[in-house]
Amino acid sequence: MADEVQQLTRAFSGLGGLGVDEPTMVSALARWRKQPEKRSGFRKGFPGFFRSHGEIDRCEEEYMLHLAAEFARFKNLMVLWAMHPWERDARLAHHVLHQQHPVAIVVEVACTRSADELLGARRAYQALFHHSLEEDVAYRARDKPYCSLLVGLVSAYRYEGPRVNEEVAKAEAKALGAAVKSAAAGGGAGKKLVENEEVVRILTTRSKPHLVETFKYYKEMHGRHVEEDLSHSGEETTLLETVLCLAAPAKYFSQVMEGALRDGADHHAKEALTRVAVTRSDHDMDDIRAAYHQQFGAKLEDAIAAKAHGHYRDALLSLVGAGNSSV
Amino acid sequence: MATLKVPATVPPVADDCEQLRKAFQGWGTNEALIISILGHRDAAQRRAIRRAYAEAHGEELLRSITDEISGDFERAVILWTLDPAERDAVLANEAARKWQPANRVLVEIACTRTSAQVFAARQAYHERFKRSLEEDIAAHVTGDFRKLLVPLVSTYRYDGPEVNTRLAHSEAKLLHEKIHHKAYTDDEIIRILTTRSKPQLLATFNHYNDAFGHRINKDLKADPKDEYLKTLRAIIRCFSCPDRYFEKVARQAIAGLGTDENALTRVITTRAEVDMKLIKEAYQKRNSVPLERAIAGDTSGDYESMLLALLGQER
Repeated sequence: MADEVQQLTRAFSGLGGLGVDEPTMVSALARWRKQPEKRSGFRKGFPGFFRSHGEIDRCEEEYMLHLAAEFARFKNLMVLWAMHPWERDARLAHHVLHQQHPVAIVVEVACTRSADELLGARRAYQALFHHSLEEDVAYRARDKPYCSLLVGLVSAYRYEGPRVNEEVAKAEAKALGAAVKSAAAGGGAGKKLVENEEVVRILTTRSKPHLVETFKYYKEMHGRHVEEDLSHSGEETTLLETVLCLAAPAKYFSQVMEGALRDGADHHAKEALTRVAVTRSDHDMDDIRAAYHQQFGAKLEDAIAAKAHGHYRDALLSLVGAGNSSV
Repeated sequence: MATLKVPATVPPVADDCEQLRKAFQGWGTNEALIISILGHRDAAQRRAIRRAYAEAHGEELLRSITDEISGDFERAVILWTLDPAERDAVLANEAARKWQPANRVLVEIACTRTSAQVFAARQAYHERFKRSLEEDIAAHVTGDFRKLLVPLVSTYRYDGPEVNTRLAHSEAKLLHEKIHHKAYTDDEIIRILTTRSKPQLLATFNHYNDAFGHRINKDLKADPKDEYLKTLRAIIRCFSCPDRYFEKVARQAIAGLGTDENALTRVITTRAEVDMKLIKEAYQKRNSVPLERAIAGDTSGDYESMLLALLGQER
């Protein structure tokens, strides 16, 4: 009995994890039919969900909200999956601007989509919200140090051909190094690195192949990866996210996934799991799985299977393209 | 509002191609024939001619043109024959490469074209120059001008009619405050001018006038020689009254000793299919002389004939 109670508790997301285990819940209905004492025992063994209140064990309001969110994970995934990618990206961006979702999501949309996908998202944004994306970003971020970087990123229409001017890439690697040095030297007094005009110019206008070359030269000239130098800029993570999304998106997304599956991940970090799975499934999910394995020494699908429940888990595994999904 | 005159019955594309080929062959060039064909075809027709010409003769029409004619006439014919998006890309590339603070071409392109047209120009720029427009501008333009011009061309403005009146009021007030403190390069001024939609900006400028008793441009004249302020005023005029903006460009190109042929060519080739009629009316009103007469007085030869053809003048 104790076993069954624990199983059902886990199904109701009482032992952590993401989503709810619908099949286990349904089988409990049949197994415990006409046995109210079993249900009573379940309630007593699940103090997070039910609190003793005189004669009855009543539901905790807070847990009901938590449960609603966990039940909704599968629904949210399916709706996000069904949406046109342009509308999806437009809505994701809108949530950042109007519901204080993490700014990194706008960086993701601006930097990991192709030039035409980003244009499509901007057109969808205008159709849905009657403002341009850049107008809303500029307005909402106007007091933030990353404002000009973010506006530049969403306004970009990058050249997508392979042609790169090696001399320019070298010169810009040098310029980035100089900017990093001057920001470090200035301490807190001067302009932050994320506001540096040359840094913003290079990151928001150059093509992705050009940036990859530039970062390669950076490593050659300065002995460190540009990401390493940027992770020292304190709380300002936007610049680091930008560089990773532009030059190493698979690595970036694998880190986001790990953050979502970690213990103690917050609400937004957990939502990222659905977002990355749905938006990257058709694109570079295989690369993300490989990057995950390389960085964290485990298979992404195993981590998901261990952490998620029910239909939500199966949906994620299907999107992540694991060899043998259970459905 | 276009001044371009296309004949009522347009000859088949193949005929036009043949005639153009004949115009290039043999000794000399039949400039009048070039003008009579290309100067009387709209963008779609010119595109069809270019395609058919390349197929029939294995050579680009524009190549034949550059081989056979030269000078201001060549530039006018080339710019005219290009697709509007390509033309804007070529003009923008020139402006970026040879940029100096008095150059307003980028402002014209960003502010007098529709959102879709600006984007088409950016796409044409990729194809032609293998780089993005914003990357070239950012690399060649410096300081405050870069801060203003890169977002100006990168924006994809909302093109619907909705206007938020409360926002127009508050942003007019904000602009007034910044201008009053001479903070002309302030991020907020740049944000408003480079991201808000055209109808929203017009509402904002109107409210400025209502609230403060005079137009916003009047407050941007602190230093008549300041090119940055001139650029701001040009942006506002391009939004509010493009016909009068272009009238002034044409007037200044013609006035005084000598002619700024590049400016004149630019105005006529970029507006002949758009609002040249309004520009002509503005010119007549301002100068008491028809634009055609002023051009005839200031230019000559085939160049003059080409410009006049685009202005709708029959030979």
